[in-house]
Amino acid sequence: MSDAKLTFPHPPARPNQPVDFSNIVVPKAGLLPVPPLDLAPQDAQPFARGLIRVMDDTGTPVGPWAEYLGEMPADDLRKGLRDMLKMRAIDRRMQNAQRQGKTSFYMQSTGEEAIGCAFQRQLQQGDMNFPTYRQQILLVAADYPLEPMLGQLYSNDLDPLEGRQLPIMHSARDYGYFSVSGNLGTQYVQAVGWAMACALRGDGKIAAAWIGDGATASNDFHSAMLSASVYQPPVVLNIVNNQWAISTYTGVAAGKSETYAARALGYGVPALRVDGNDFLAVSAVSRWAIERARKGFGPVAIEWFTYRAAAHSSSDDPSAYRPKDEAQAWPLGDPVDRLKAHLIDRGEWSEERHVQAGAELLDEVTQVQKQVEAHGTLVNPQPASPTAIFNGVYADMPEHLRRQRQEMGY
Amino acid sequence: MARMTMIEALRSAMDVKLSDDPGVIVFGEDVGYFGGVFRCTAGLQAKYGEERVFDTPINESAIVGLAIGMAAHGMRPCVEIQFADYVYPAYDQITQEAARLRHRSNQQFTCPMVVRMPTGGGIFGGQTHSQSPEALFTHVAGLKVVIPSTPYDAKGLLIAAIEDPDPVIFLEPKRIYNGPFYGDHAGKSVPWSAHPAGEVPEDHYIVPLGRAAIRREGADLTILAYGTMVYVAERAVEQAGIDAEIIDLRTLLPLDLATIVASVEKTGRCVVLHEATRTSGFGAELIAEVQQACFWHLRAPLLRVTGWDAPYPHAQEWDYFPSVSRVVAALAKVMED
Repeated sequence: MSDAKLTFPHPPARPNQPVDFSNIVVPKAGLLPVPPLDLAPQDAQPFARGLIRVMDDTGTPVGPWAEYLGEMPADDLRKGLRDMLKMRAIDRRMQNAQRQGKTSFYMQSTGEEAIGCAFQRQLQQGDMNFPTYRQQILLVAADYPLEPMLGQLYSNDLDPLEGRQLPIMHSARDYGYFSVSGNLGTQYVQAVGWAMACALRGDGKIAAAWIGDGATASNDFHSAMLSASVYQPPVVLNIVNNQWAISTYTGVAAGKSETYAARALGYGVPALRVDGNDFLAVSAVSRWAIERARKGFGPVAIEWFTYRAAAHSSSDDPSAYRPKDEAQAWPLGDPVDRLKAHLIDRGEWSEERHVQAGAELLDEVTQVQKQVEAHGTLVNPQPASPTAIFNGVYADMPEHLRRQRQEMGY
Repeated sequence: MARMTMIEALRSAMDVKLSDDPGVIVFGEDVGYFGGVFRCTAGLQAKYGEERVFDTPINESAIVGLAIGMAAHGMRPCVEIQFADYVYPAYDQITQEAARLRHRSNQQFTCPMVVRMPTGGGIFGGQTHSQSPEALFTHVAGLKVVIPSTPYDAKGLLIAAIEDPDPVIFLEPKRIYNGPFYGDHAGKSVPWSAHPAGEVPEDHYIVPLGRAAIRREGADLTILAYGTMVYVAERAVEQAGIDAEIIDLRTLLPLDLATIVASVEKTGRCVVLHEATRTSGFGAELIAEVQQACFWHLRAPLLRVTGWDAPYPHAQEWDYFPSVSRVVAALAKVMED
């Protein structure tokens, strides 16, 4: 007989069970102070285990982080709100286009828009994001034009990647968006390398690494945290904890550890945990973390606490593994609704303007979508020339690829 | 001209590039202060500083992943994996990231990076200090794969690899770091100072990637080899008394097919040698290419002498390593047909 027994983490609720978020502790807004920029890992415990929140239940900014942020210009907040609504319009149109067979695949970011949106607005030209597939909002917030963005999703002749990549695996160097790879975690350590190059070349720029909660289990999460700790480059290590990795509950990636932010402390990387659906909290902490990195105080990790409201991808049906109404019950609410409430509270927005903005943006996206679809879709393919297969494998085409291209008939 | 071992030649190549290009950076396990477990980077940190030559944690995926980030930024990292046998944790970064970055980003991001790694057996290295994993890289589109066999080539090829705009896997046969090895483990070891290829210019020069070298001209048979097996081939040819042409491939990917084809069309016979295991090894690719390009010139079936399809053993080292006698037997067999 043995007393040894395995545990297998389970989500609090499965389909047809009542939603249960009693395990989620939501502290009041405004409780945590703003640490000094040179915050040491051993002093980061309260930030890594707590939850930085700025907006209270009525949308009013409160506490030291609200003070640190100052009153953000209403125009900036309206821009943020419009970017998030634009992302929702893109998600809606493109999810639809996938259902119509016009594109092979799509991934929405519903509920997570505030994180990339507010973060991107704190970056400077020349800083580089190393995104996952669920940070398209970084492109929207960087004012990346819709034509190449949708062109990539349709793999048509507007696709800057000439049809080589699966939809949503964007690459936009000039907009600070590193080439997305299908292999999870790999970009996390590459971001640290990029940041080391920033420091070695003294260009004053920083790198931002992005990873989901599930992929923190990958080897390269460890590789990145350790490398960042050893060499202290200017990198912000973002962890987007949306509670789900496809069908796998976040507890399977986390084990018995407390928070993902706390995990960084073990590497000697200071970390903060933040309400990812609070646009003002994301803005404030992003500003702090980016300034810390740029001023040479080393890496910092941020766990953005949020919820994946939509399906994992167009190939996924979440009703098979979680309650249907879980997203509506998420204790941190919806990032768009919360920023909207704040702006209305400030007298800078209204229900009418919100409805109108949503309709305008949907119209704008629909218009661009039509133009882009005229350049080809999956049902009416007009891809780049098949010779694009052979270009760019190497800087110069070697003889064996030239022969294979000729064999293909070109 | 100076006299250099392969170790010194590799070190000289990194010294030249560290000196003439501020973007070049060298790192890996024990590479910095200590100068590498094989001394390939000795003195470089003292000369160029810790920001150019430094030690890393024992994490191959991090070594290559960091290098990819730096290379994408515009630097030219030349990193070391302590033994090729330990490259597997970095295989994801090398094959899915470095090799594909230019293609998948349509040239927005590139990866001018070199991954150096000591390879090959013949040193009683056992299972994890003897492997020859070249076929795991030649199968990956977007990589270049290089393996020198002389100090002169080692330096010129490494400089060319560092200057190359694409990721290069640079395999260094550690059995011939200090001198050529002719397959006779009981015999007296020969230092590079007694070999003409130990003459190495101290300054910058390159040996272009993608070009094979004919080590011995011959009329009767073509031997395709690389790394340590070039010398085993030389000794076997002497013993067999066959007028064989020995081609040292030097770069496996992209392959110098023109040189190979010209030779086999002349000789009509071909034997492929490598230390790596046989099944799906690089020899299979060589045989397929030669068969397709030279079919009507062939006068005998193509043969290969390779390591056995078993993990590299310790005690049975010389029953595993492709010996001169095995090569002699293969040459004789091909000449009979």
